[in-house]
Amino acid sequence: MLDHLFPVDPEVAARIEALDLQFNKFGIDPYGIDKNDLTRFVSAFAWIYRYYFKVDIYGLDNVPSQGRAVLVGNHSGGVAIDGAMVMGSMLLDAEPPRLPHAMLDKFIHQFPGASQLMSRTGQFTGNPDQAKRLLNAGRLILAFPEGARGTAKLAKDADSLVGFGTGFMRLALETHSPVVPFGFVGGGDALPTVANLKRLGRLFGVQYIPITKWGLLIPKPTRFQLLYGKPMFFEGTGHERDEVVGSMVDQVKERIADLIRQGRQIREKKISEEDLVL
Amino acid sequence: MKVLVTGISGTLGRLTALKLLRHGYEVVGIDRRPWPDAPEEIEIFQADIRKRPAEDVFRTHRPDAAIHMATVTHLVTQSPDRMRVNLYGTRAFIHHCDSYGVKQAVFVGRHTFYGAAADSPLYHTEDEPPMSAHTFSELADLVAADLYAGSALWRYPEIATSVLRIVYTLGPSKHGTLASFMHGPNVPLIMGFDPLFQFIHEDDAAEAIVSALAHKLHGIYNVSGPTPVPLATIVRAAGRRPLPVPEMVFKLGLGRLGLPYLPSGAIDHLKYPIVVDSDPFQRATRFTYQYDERETINSFRTAR
Repeated sequence: MLDHLFPVDPEVAARIEALDLQFNKFGIDPYGIDKNDLTRFVSAFAWIYRYYFKVDIYGLDNVPSQGRAVLVGNHSGGVAIDGAMVMGSMLLDAEPPRLPHAMLDKFIHQFPGASQLMSRTGQFTGNPDQAKRLLNAGRLILAFPEGARGTAKLAKDADSLVGFGTGFMRLALETHSPVVPFGFVGGGDALPTVANLKRLGRLFGVQYIPITKWGLLIPKPTRFQLLYGKPMFFEGTGHERDEVVGSMVDQVKERIADLIRQGRQIREKKISEEDLVL
Repeated sequence: MKVLVTGISGTLGRLTALKLLRHGYEVVGIDRRPWPDAPEEIEIFQADIRKRPAEDVFRTHRPDAAIHMATVTHLVTQSPDRMRVNLYGTRAFIHHCDSYGVKQAVFVGRHTFYGAAADSPLYHTEDEPPMSAHTFSELADLVAADLYAGSALWRYPEIATSVLRIVYTLGPSKHGTLASFMHGPNVPLIMGFDPLFQFIHEDDAAEAIVSALAHKLHGIYNVSGPTPVPLATIVRAAGRRPLPVPEMVFKLGLGRLGLPYLPSGAIDHLKYPIVVDSDPFQRATRFTYQYDERETINSFRTAR
């Protein structure tokens, strides 16, 4: 699909080679990830990740280097730049590299092109059955429990958290997966949204179209902070009452709020890396 | 052991009958269509499964087991009685099995049962409901036939009934949904979408059916072969040229401009994957496919 669009970055190619994935004779893994497309796409993305943006990553070792885990964090910008940067950190900085599977909003797979690209790079519509299967296969899931309400935050609220869904926690309990909380800071500066156009969005089949300070939906080059906290383990079956699961979700939410707070302080150079409690 | 095969003159019917013969079964067949060069060990009755002569075959031959393959696929035939063949044919089959002491019944169904949608998960399990009947009405009778066959599990518990949901078959016969779709040198696809397709060599599919019979399966099972491959990759590997067409143009041009005739509900099947989990079948039968993804496509490509 991407053969003629992007050249291959040899370093990226080596990292894709090192992923713990099984490709068939056509270079396709059982979930439809295309090795060639993934290599070319990440090669192009690597440039944006390394040079257009800059991500200070803390606590990368807190993400298990193999086996199932759920990465859970905050949205901090009008579009999911945060998700892309988490992807970048896992694919381009983690040793060994890992490919997280993000749980996408349903609308993404309804768009031509986006559907094809996401399918070939292992990014699926958020669906509990799908996520469970991936976790049981030892994969890494990336979830934003704020959902679209999270990306809809305006720039002034970028570091706050809105209500969390409980799906990720039930999933983690049922599959006995650790939850790795992360805090992401700076999305509000890259793409400061001042308004969301909901009616116009509906015309295009999305929930809203964000309008930035400069009108266009183009993020400015920004330095981000991404802090991974220690894995959290919860005991249960995933079929507990809402209050029980809710209190576990609150623990994760508090942890993420704390990581965002520390990220903000380090961004403003009020503390240094040694002061971080991850 | 005597096995009756309905729809024996179809591609998969013939392959299955030949395999049954090789495994030492006695084979009797029913089909509206003839099978001119059938081996003489196989007795074939040209009859409609819904009609009296077909029932007579059950009555006089008293088969120990029966395999139902007399259903009409959703994309190829548009005949008005297709729905009747699929529904009343399945009903007649199950009734006859009950009335004439058949101990084992195999219903050969399709994995398209699950339907394709933007949010459907990869690897459907057998307990998932059909999600396509409302968007793809041309598929409704096949979905209903599948569910009807499944109801035999509780209505006639003394018959070991198995419902097999088999992925697209592909092979040298060049028959079947996927093969007909890749008939010409240019294969129109929907621009911006490239779903995973799951297919199995027709020979492996026949082997799987025989294996369901040999293991006296009782229940509903997905049956698949190699891991799925994106449609455009299949098309290229089959020596065809993928021709991505915007969805709007595709819809307008169906049956015209060299595009194949497809029911509009089929478009989702060209945008989103239907991929099934066949682990329970593998565990129950120890079935393994002989042809991998490349060999299967090559056998289709190089067939004359």
